[in-house]
Amino acid sequence: MKHLIDSTDLSVEEIDSILNLAQHIIDNKEDYSEVCKGKKLATLFFEPSTRTRLSFEAAMMELGGNVLGFSSADSSSATKGESVGDTIRVVGCYADIIAMRHPKEGAPMFGAMVSSVPIINAGDGGHNHPTQTLTDLLTIKREKGRLDNFTIGLCGDLKFGRTVHSLIKALSRYKNIKYILISPKELRVPDYIITEVFEKNNIEYREVSTMEEVMEELDIIYMTRVQKERFFNEADYVRLKDTYILDETKLKYAKKDLSILHPLPRVNEISTKVDDDPRACYFRQALNGKYVRMALIITLLENAGRE
Amino acid sequence: MKIDSIQNGIVLDHITAGKALQVYRDLKLDKLDCSVAILQNVKSNKMGKKDILKIDKDEYNLNLDVLGYIDPGITVSIIKDGETVEKKKLELPEKLVNIKKCKNPRCITSTEQEIPHIFKLTDKENRVYRCVYCEADK
Repeated sequence: MKHLIDSTDLSVEEIDSILNLAQHIIDNKEDYSEVCKGKKLATLFFEPSTRTRLSFEAAMMELGGNVLGFSSADSSSATKGESVGDTIRVVGCYADIIAMRHPKEGAPMFGAMVSSVPIINAGDGGHNHPTQTLTDLLTIKREKGRLDNFTIGLCGDLKFGRTVHSLIKALSRYKNIKYILISPKELRVPDYIITEVFEKNNIEYREVSTMEEVMEELDIIYMTRVQKERFFNEADYVRLKDTYILDETKLKYAKKDLSILHPLPRVNEISTKVDDDPRACYFRQALNGKYVRMALIITLLENAGRE
Repeated sequence: MKIDSIQNGIVLDHITAGKALQVYRDLKLDKLDCSVAILQNVKSNKMGKKDILKIDKDEYNLNLDVLGYIDPGITVSIIKDGETVEKKKLELPEKLVNIKKCKNPRCITSTEQEIPHIFKLTDKENRVYRCVYCEADK
């Protein structure tokens, strides 16, 4: 693995290796405080971001490395018409590794084709967000102690939510996972996920429209935001938006060891009253994002050093 | 109707009826300075009717990926001194490079000039190709 563009680029062994390293970092933070000394991470964010960019920068700083970059296309040469290819070639002269977010789908993959240094996809439009997927996997592993044998409910916008698609694809390689897809019919997962992931791999899944009917079955619930702009008419949005608010009442039906995940940002789909419930993992999940990015930076720099 | 046999060149047989002009265009046969015969709706025991293309040019490198993508049932015969010296069966190519353009407006290929348009075969049965950048199907 030279770059990380799509979570499915990683074999199960590579995922396990990154997650194990992340756990080792968590348990031995001081041992890693200088492993990237003298190395530079460039964060090229052609599109604004809060958590992802800051967690990449925090990750590199905790490894003893330095950070350079920009946080919007407005403050880069993209405004002068520079191509992505040229930006990547130039930044490769200054940095040892690049984390890149771009509004165009596939931009980091193209960056990887022309780059002399490792590229990490930090989100490309509505397409992929593999470091969020690694974050989700680390969170599931730490909360459940395993990445197989559970029932996961994915709730909300399953059509446009890139984190959901990446997570389904990544988890499809692990055994005995049952998927319950909770969404309005307007926001169901795309057909290709059904045919090319679930049906092709003989994976058990079910599509439902309310949380209540499945809550007691779930070991994990992965919440996402229902986005108003995705609906063709306001009435449908108003009708459906409150269906997917996870609150204390719905949690009464849930297992005692349910894990509640959310890639954040949250709007109102998880009541703030749930935050103090020990089953709420989403802020721990955000912290895991930093550790998994530390593990990924170390892994990619080591791999680059071997070439 | 009779078209003379060629001495040295290529015959593309068993083209699905109606697709010969697409093959002609996509293989850029209009750029050749040799004779090219296009036969449409030729009677066929196997297919009912079919199209045939004859290219009267020796040493012509055919893009088999383009052909396989357009119509994998085509039979390619290489003719030398009036004899068929080789028959090639086509398959759906695993990868298409600069044969089709991605139509997804959100794809990086819509703005980056130097980028090659690459599609990968993801579902052979249903002939689904996906853009390697954005994964949109063709």
